Amino acid sequence: MLGPSLAVSAILFSIGVVGVLLRRNAIVIFMCVELMLNAVNLTFIALSQQLGMDGQVFVFFVMTVAAAEAAVGLAIIIALYRHRDTVNLQNINLLRG
Amino acid sequence: MHPFLQSIGYDHWALTALLLIPLAGAVLIPALPSALAKRVALAVTLVELIVSLGLWWAYDPSGAPFQLTATAPWIPAWGIAYRVAIDGISLAMVLLTTVLMPLAVLGSWNGITTRERSFYGLMLVLTSGMIGVFISTDLFLFYVFWEVMLIPMYFIIGVWGGKGRLYASIKFFVYTMFGSLLMLVAILYLYYNAGRNAGGGYSFAYEQILRHASVPGGVQFWLFAAFFLAFAIKVPMVPFHTWLPDAHVEAPTAGSVILAGVLLKMGTYGFMRFALPFFPAVAFNPMVSRVVITLAVIGIVYGALVAMVQPDFKKLIAYSSVSHLGFVVLGLWALTIESTQGALMIMINHGISTGALFFLVGMLYERRHSRMIADFGGIARLVPAYAAVLTLVSLSSIGLPGTNGFVGEFLVLLGSFRTHPVAAGIATTGVIFAATYMLWALLRVLYGPVDKKENEGLTDLTPREYAILVPLLALIIWLGLAPGAMLRRMEPSSRAFIESVQGHAPTPEVARVEPR
Amino acid sequence: MNPLHGTAADWIGLAILLPFLGFLVNGALAFVRPEDKRTVSLVGVGSVAVAFLVGVAVFLAILGKHPEEAYVRSYWTWISVGDLKLNAALQVDRLSVVMLLVVTGVGSLIHLFSVGYMHEDPGYARYFAYLNLFIAFMLVLVLGASFPVLFIGWEGVGLCSYLLIGFWFTDRQKAAAGLKAFLVNRIGDAGFLIAMFLIYRNIGSLDFATVLALAPRHLVPGGPVVTAIALFLFLGCVGKSAQIPLYTWLPDAMAGPTPVSALIHAATMVTAGVFLVARAGVLFAMAPLASAVVGGVGALTALFAATIGLKQWDIKKVLAYSTVSQLGYMFMGVGAGAYAAGIFHLVTHAFFKALLFLGSGSVIHAMHHAYHHTHNHADAQDMRNMGGLRSHLPTTFRTMGIATLAIAGIPPLAGFFSKDEILASAFARGSDEPFWYLVWLLGVAAALLTAFYMTRLMLYTFYGPNRTGAAEQPHLEESPKVMTIPLVVLAVLTVLGGALNLPHVGTLHHWLEPVTGAAAAYGLEVPLSVGVEVGLMLFAVVIAVVGIRLAMTRLHPEQLVSAEKSPAEHGFAKLLLEKYRVDELYDAVIVRPLVWFSRVVLWKGVDAGAIDGAGVNGSAVVARALGWVGSRLQTGQVGAYVLFFVLGALAVLGALTR
Repeated sequence: MLGPSLAVSAILFSIGVVGVLLRRNAIVIFMCVELMLNAVNLTFIALSQQLGMDGQVFVFFVMTVAAAEAAVGLAIIIALYRHRDTVNLQNINLLRG
Repeated sequence: MHPFLQSIGYDHWALTALLLIPLAGAVLIPALPSALAKRVALAVTLVELIVSLGLWWAYDPSGAPFQLTATAPWIPAWGIAYRVAIDGISLAMVLLTTVLMPLAVLGSWNGITTRERSFYGLMLVLTSGMIGVFISTDLFLFYVFWEVMLIPMYFIIGVWGGKGRLYASIKFFVYTMFGSLLMLVAILYLYYNAGRNAGGGYSFAYEQILRHASVPGGVQFWLFAAFFLAFAIKVPMVPFHTWLPDAHVEAPTAGSVILAGVLLKMGTYGFMRFALPFFPAVAFNPMVSRVVITLAVIGIVYGALVAMVQPDFKKLIAYSSVSHLGFVVLGLWALTIESTQGALMIMINHGISTGALFFLVGMLYERRHSRMIADFGGIARLVPAYAAVLTLVSLSSIGLPGTNGFVGEFLVLLGSFRTHPVAAGIATTGVIFAATYMLWALLRVLYGPVDKKENEGLTDLTPREYAILVPLLALIIWLGLAPGAMLRRMEPSSRAFIESVQGHAPTPEVARVEPR
Repeated sequence: MNPLHGTAADWIGLAILLPFLGFLVNGALAFVRPEDKRTVSLVGVGSVAVAFLVGVAVFLAILGKHPEEAYVRSYWTWISVGDLKLNAALQVDRLSVVMLLVVTGVGSLIHLFSVGYMHEDPGYARYFAYLNLFIAFMLVLVLGASFPVLFIGWEGVGLCSYLLIGFWFTDRQKAAAGLKAFLVNRIGDAGFLIAMFLIYRNIGSLDFATVLALAPRHLVPGGPVVTAIALFLFLGCVGKSAQIPLYTWLPDAMAGPTPVSALIHAATMVTAGVFLVARAGVLFAMAPLASAVVGGVGALTALFAATIGLKQWDIKKVLAYSTVSQLGYMFMGVGAGAYAAGIFHLVTHAFFKALLFLGSGSVIHAMHHAYHHTHNHADAQDMRNMGGLRSHLPTTFRTMGIATLAIAGIPPLAGFFSKDEILASAFARGSDEPFWYLVWLLGVAAALLTAFYMTRLMLYTFYGPNRTGAAEQPHLEESPKVMTIPLVVLAVLTVLGGALNLPHVGTLHHWLEPVTGAAAAYGLEVPLSVGVEVGLMLFAVVIAVVGIRLAMTRLHPEQLVSAEKSPAEHGFAKLLLEKYRVDELYDAVIVRPLVWFSRVVLWKGVDAGAIDGAGVNGSAVVARALGWVGSRLQTGQVGAYVLFFVLGALAVLGALTR
């Protein structure tokens, strides 16, 4: 079962990466980031069958961090929307040199 | 040591106290009302001065090279310790600093009107930094103080300076940082190669590194170059001098005084303490020595000539510093006891005379808000006491015999002539140009008719200004007529410097016949 | 133990201390109570007069004890480094005591004269403060026991000269004249410094006693080292004593008050160079080439300055060029190895030139008064505005007349003997080296011109009709007693001064022998036969008489018109009037190019252009440009950042899995 599990997680991760790279909407990008995190979680669980329980512990770590990130990230996006009336990242380039 | 000083255990706490007193003041000042800041700063610097005066008697010229040693572990794992001590050279430099600081505070009394607490706090931090540089005998500690003193100066120029203060302060900072980072690299290299002691650990201790600094040939050159650059920028030697006129012109009076009076001396002090004793074989390599001496002589003449044509009085004095410090460098590289002692005397004299000149220009600036020579003329009739003091200080600056300036210049040239007659001969023409720029400026500022209406209301010196100038005038005359007490205290250290260098250096031919 | 120990010579320091205290008191009074002229005069004149008495006491002590060696009185250690030990020490010997007496004696008289001359000046106290300070420094110069101590006085008198020339500093030109004097002197001082370095390098000491004793052992006679030492020392003398090419400051120095011109720029300070050559006589005697340069420059200056003196209208300018010329004579003497003759002329010149300057001061004082009455702003120093003053200023006329005869070289006045001795010694050297005949010839020509221009000065000032103005003429009056008494005293000295060193008696010559003896051992002085000596003397008298005659027959004071109506000069006369345009030459060749070079090339070009512009700000521009290029990568698009990140991660992966 290891092969298909890793394949699924690789596909999910790639979808996430492509989503982050191509989409403009902050919410969607945010969801893609979550997708990547969960792809990694899937990898951890798949490999924990062979390598022991450590991977499953890490999954809990990742989920906790993801929850915290969701809270902070969504708050930032909301703040952004209030200021700019948009969540389209193409219009937000404060970091430009 | 004097029994009184002995009885209060002066030698144990004096140096540490000199570092801590200003820091304590700097911590205290922000907690006080703004109006009190300058009074507290004055009090603190005066206490500092009184404490430091004890060094004069506590230091025994016939004793060990380094005295009043204090040591405490700091970061033992890396061989870093709090190590401080003084020899005759640092004695003179510390006293110069502590004498100038209260005067600098007095000189800022009316000139600094914004953010007084920060200003005086920074001044006190600066004091600690400067004294730390002069008394550290641990390379790491030295480097920390070297950088510590940079920061307050940066703010003093950048916040309380004139119109171009930002450009000047950044230039000052970048120039100095550039040199000192290279020096840090060199210090670390020395630490790993020369700092290894018998027990297998490493140490930043000065004497440890001094004993083992003779690292392999090729590297030595680059290490010397790193130290040299750091100090040459600070001196400043031509062509690394262009930060100085800007910094001097833009800095507030106190900043200029400290910059000229003390900070520049750190360059030449660094040469004497570190660069030359660590790498004598490179420093006195005929090629290197020739280049340095040429730069020094160029600095003497070049600084004087450029000073001559400055329209801005402060800039004129700044360039004159380049010229004066050229004499110091010449004296150090000439490597005779006369020239070394003379170089030390110039370091002291320049602090006094140029400090006084900056005060005097500052006093004019406070009254007229101009530093341009052309904006004045004929003011000797309106402010006779000011004119008299300015004349006397200028004469000291150009080295009139009987004032302090002569003693230093004479000794440097006399000594340098023994080993480098041509360079010393060219340098001697500096005395002509010095008289030219200084007295020509006096002519345009003090003499002639009063042809500017704005000047007619000028008022003569106030008691506060007398309080600043009289001590400096007293020092000018004292060191001019009886420099013996000062020379005697510095001579063993100068000798030690020469001997430490001569052991390794290709000895220059000293043409000299002993009197029979 | 020196026999002078325990005598008045122990109090020699008092001679310096008193005028210095006078300076402090008068300086303080200038700020606190400038109107208290009585105290100022008392302190000013009194301190110098008492210093003179100290000098007399020291002189008597030497007379009684006959010390062969100099007595050095050391006060404290001045500079002590390594083997160099310089004491603040004074030296009493026969040379320094002569100078001490001249400086304080003539100095007292001139101080006294100043009481009258400067009485109306608001800067009275300041004036006396400077004058006292000058005396103090001058005494340091003549009494110093080592080169550096002498140098304190050397530069100190330069400082006082600077302050006194620019005494009326609200006039920018006068202040500038002071600056010029100081700077030109500094050129010479740089030479002096180098000479000291050379001496120290080769002999290892700077005390006179040691240097002069060891010089014959450490230096090769006629060698390059001693020649260089002597020439550099002479460069110092050229500056201080206004010889070619550094003489230009002295005529300008006449901007100062006239008593200052008498004291500093005629009698004492400017003769310091001659004193120095005599003091370091051994060094010069060991360097015949340098001595020839000294004599040659002296002779050339004597003639050159005398020609300029022929055409000047300003009474003080005539005397100024005359001083330059007479200083040239002194250098001829010391260059020829006749140190005593040089010092002799120094002393007699101090008498008669001080007298001439004070006399001119008296004339100018009277002219000022007259013009002051009628609010006329004509030039009070221009001889074309004078004429016929003989009847108005009888004492001044008579005393100046005596001085004129003395400087022209009419026996038995002082100037005759001293000048004759110098010319004779130059002539005598001619038998060794023909070069000295040329020197002698230049000296004779200068003597002829001297007699001429001095007679001219007297004719135009005191004879003929008065040209001051009809309204002013009744106000021309003789100066007060306080001014005429010094004139009379100096006139007496001018008449009797020759007795100091009569030919074949040679009192001064013998007196100075302990000092000049070491130099004389080099045998530069050649004795003359009595016949030649008498012949030269007669010849000198003839020259002087011819000069005076020529002036009296060729010049017509009655045809002269006042300054503003005078026609312009042409040709060579114009060139003389414009002083050969040497000042303009120096300005064009040295001063302006130097300032231009400093401003345009060094400051704007090298400093602001190359180092700051290209170097410092250039590197800042490069750093900024690199930063700008880097900042183009920062698009602000999060997507772009992620892309870079992913590409970077893939690159790392690729590198790791390779």
